[in-house]
Amino acid sequence: MNPQGERWTAETVLALAPDAASRKAGSKLAVPGPWAGAGARPEGGGGAVWGECSGSGSTPYRTVVDLSGEGGPGFNCSCPSRKFPCKHALGLLLLWAAGEAAVPVAQDAPPGWAGQWLDRRRQRAERATAGPGAAAPATPADEEAARRRGERRAARISAGVTELEQRLTDLLRGGLAAAEGTGYGQWDETAARMVDAQAPGLASRVRELASLRGSGADRAGRLLEECALLHTLNQGWLRREELPDPLAATVRSRVGLTTDAAALLASGPPVRDHWLVLAQRDSDDGRLVTRRIWLHGRGSGRAALLLSYGAAGRTPELSLPVGLSVDADLVYYPAARPLRAVLGARHAPPVESPGPPPGGSVEAALSAYGEALRDDPWLEAWPVVLEDVIPVPPPAPAPSPSPEVNGWQLADAEGGSALAVDPRTRDSQGLWQLASISGGAPVTVFAEYGHGGAVPLATWGPELVAL
Amino acid sequence: MNRTWDELVTTALLGTTRRMPPVPPVRVRGGQDVASALLDAAAVETVRRRAGAVPAVARARPEPAPGDVRPPLPPAARRRLALLLADRGSTGGGRRGAAPDLTELLPQWLAAANRHGYQAPAALLPALLEAARARTDLRSEALVLGGPRARWLAGLNPQWKYALRAGPAAGPAAAGPADSRVWEEGLFAERAAYLTSLRRRDPAAARELLAGAWPTERAEDRLMFLDVLREGLSAADEPFLERTLSDRSRNVRATAAELLSALPGSALAARMAERARSCVSLDRTGGTGITGFGEGPRITVEAPHECDKDMQRDGVVVKPPSGRGERSWWLSQIVEAAPLAAWRERFGGRSPAGIVALPVTDGWQPELHAAWCRAAVRQRDAEWARALLGPASEPPAAEGTSWRDPAKLLSALPPEERAEWVAEFVSAHGLSDAFRLLGVCAVPWAEPLGRAIVDALDTARDAGGYPWSFSGVMGLAERCLDPAQADRLEVLTAQPQEPDGGPAAPGAAAAGAGAYWGEAFQRLVGTLRLRATMLAELSGPAGRPA
Repeated sequence: MNPQGERWTAETVLALAPDAASRKAGSKLAVPGPWAGAGARPEGGGGAVWGECSGSGSTPYRTVVDLSGEGGPGFNCSCPSRKFPCKHALGLLLLWAAGEAAVPVAQDAPPGWAGQWLDRRRQRAERATAGPGAAAPATPADEEAARRRGERRAARISAGVTELEQRLTDLLRGGLAAAEGTGYGQWDETAARMVDAQAPGLASRVRELASLRGSGADRAGRLLEECALLHTLNQGWLRREELPDPLAATVRSRVGLTTDAAALLASGPPVRDHWLVLAQRDSDDGRLVTRRIWLHGRGSGRAALLLSYGAAGRTPELSLPVGLSVDADLVYYPAARPLRAVLGARHAPPVESPGPPPGGSVEAALSAYGEALRDDPWLEAWPVVLEDVIPVPPPAPAPSPSPEVNGWQLADAEGGSALAVDPRTRDSQGLWQLASISGGAPVTVFAEYGHGGAVPLATWGPELVAL
Repeated sequence: MNRTWDELVTTALLGTTRRMPPVPPVRVRGGQDVASALLDAAAVETVRRRAGAVPAVARARPEPAPGDVRPPLPPAARRRLALLLADRGSTGGGRRGAAPDLTELLPQWLAAANRHGYQAPAALLPALLEAARARTDLRSEALVLGGPRARWLAGLNPQWKYALRAGPAAGPAAAGPADSRVWEEGLFAERAAYLTSLRRRDPAAARELLAGAWPTERAEDRLMFLDVLREGLSAADEPFLERTLSDRSRNVRATAAELLSALPGSALAARMAERARSCVSLDRTGGTGITGFGEGPRITVEAPHECDKDMQRDGVVVKPPSGRGERSWWLSQIVEAAPLAAWRERFGGRSPAGIVALPVTDGWQPELHAAWCRAAVRQRDAEWARALLGPASEPPAAEGTSWRDPAKLLSALPPEERAEWVAEFVSAHGLSDAFRLLGVCAVPWAEPLGRAIVDALDTARDAGGYPWSFSGVMGLAERCLDPAQADRLEVLTAQPQEPDGGPAAPGAAAAGAGAYWGEAFQRLVGTLRLRATMLAELSGPAGRPA
């Protein structure tokens, strides 16, 4: 990761933290007190840091960090934490980053427990580099079986889609008003049918419909919008053979068919660039933690979105240092409007980034989303960089009680145009941070903009600040 | 707003069996269901609407925030502040564990940062304002650090209104004509804040301002405004206060009298001295047959027989609290308000220590000494406070039974002397009565106080106590000990060896306590080191200007 053998900065370490609580907990452990037998191996020979941290239990936790992994640093700790990296790993790295005395460069090999894990990890990495060729080659019989499995699933989805179409047309025939009183039960049941039909994308859209029904003033309009788009998706699936390949890929992924990341990495064309890590956000729906990492390619000017998942309550593994720039390969998932990508080889450690990417006005953001919709009509939002906008807080006294409006705007510094901030933006602390950094002056804002409004994700003041 | 869309929605609401969809946009292709055709048209319209959305009309943008010329925090200090603010509220009641309690360090971090004259990073202002909203003890330092931008931001968010009331004294914001408008038109809290800040800048101007508005103010407001004069009180305030003694409100009169009595040169103080002299005198005759005093001079007390109009005007309250005789009540008020300097002359040039040592006849000693204590605190008279405190090695009286309140008396002593007295007290009597006394000592604790506390904690551990019996003092020590004590304390974090020398017997009670002490000392050392780091970070190279 760091060929010069330098120690990382505290920022680099803290950027790896999965959340604010971990940053805090890790920083508390970044004192020599609890650590024993801490040591480091210089970068050249496969950099690593290790140490034993005495906590409240009787045995200390053994923490080891592999600094030189191909896919970023690796962490291992005997603590039961489900955060990744855990506070011990962060604390140890912070202590190491702070300098020589606390975590000296070890003259000897790391202790057994650390050495074994490091070796295993290295071996695994070597096997992976050896490539798919190392794995047993697929036999024609295997391929045939996979093809049949695929066909069976497609048939099941088609049956589900047909049923959903029936449900939607019935609804429109009888009228949305008449369906008003029937409650959520029917939608939940339909969602469950879509899960059975192995179309999780459709299932979650149906669940969205159910949550729309009870809320908002013009919910009839919103319900019609979503029903219509769902209908279009159904029709797209039923006629996917007639669609151009990229659009068909979009339909497939929106219905819920996934592409295997490893296979994609092996087959897709990599896009190498200096990817600026703009923002990282986790959302937890109770079943799954989804981490979104937004990237901007310095050379290509392209946007990319990495997704990483963790089981309920667990932090997803992938973590990139927000604000830094990573020289790496990305492979985009095939789509009519490629955005989601998978991270491939990293060619150098993350470096400081020279500032925000070029941005545009409010108009430009609107048309960026509009054009993206031309390719992918189901697109909820598109990442945009807004230049010279002024955040406008809700007017005092309290904004209108309608949940449709939270009152925040991002206004062009010149002229009368503004983007409404998505009223679903619950975290007003982030918006106030944005207002504070702006101080009423124009700032650059990285946001997602969609039909629901803008969701500010980062700004520059002058370094990148995640909101 | 869009007729086509509205018609589609209306049709969808009623259902295609009841209403035919509008043509165009709905075109039913051969063999297609009408409802399906409606959905097709709605999809096209939806995407058209989303893709063709026009910008919202920008509302009035906020006024630009005033500039702040103070240097930004060094990067490490900036991260520290973020951590301290993030920790807010997350540590629940339980204080066990070896990790420092960050929430408790925020006040001293803010104070230290303000001594350096840094500005707060803009990105952390919302968290800072939120923290200070919840904790009033943080407010003044937080608002100084936040400076003009924090005030600007608070003006945009009704939740942070409190920050606007603190007045321009916090931070270098300009005080302009807008401020005097606040005095004339503002709410009470805003006016009080304005007066307070003006008093700090220009005591005389504040007094003039108040005197000008005096007759038109309501009684309870007059009382609060009068309280503002407590800060920066000087002889120049006397004429105004003397006039205020004739105020309509009794509480206002009492406060004015109290303020005047804190001015030893005031006419009121002279009147009180005169009254006190007539009540308290030195009896040189000695040997008048009273047993127990032996020979020599003694103090005799003749409490006032009535509380006349003049006494009342000077703030003496007629009616005693229940359970007290009215004559002793009047006496104590007179002695409390009389300038202490008058007693030297009254008692033949004796020093305060000499006067305090004099025997008092007829059981008046507690009453008289208690009044002197209050006078010493009010007049901030170190010599008297010292005399009344007595040597620290004397055993402390049980709570509530003594006329002395050492913590209050200590506050009238210079800081080094306070620390010395408390150190001696702790060495002599341990920690059990030390909590309130430690509260008045300057932070960080000067030597020999720190050393005495560490020794006392060590003694408490050896005596087999449990650390949570001392959690109050422990918590104070974490915040107030000089970080330089950390090395000395390090040895205490080790668990004591079992006396047998053999393997520690598991389950032994002492061993259990030893582990808890180890942890408590670990947290103490950890907190001290963290405080040292925090201070070093603030002295680090300045950050990039924001």
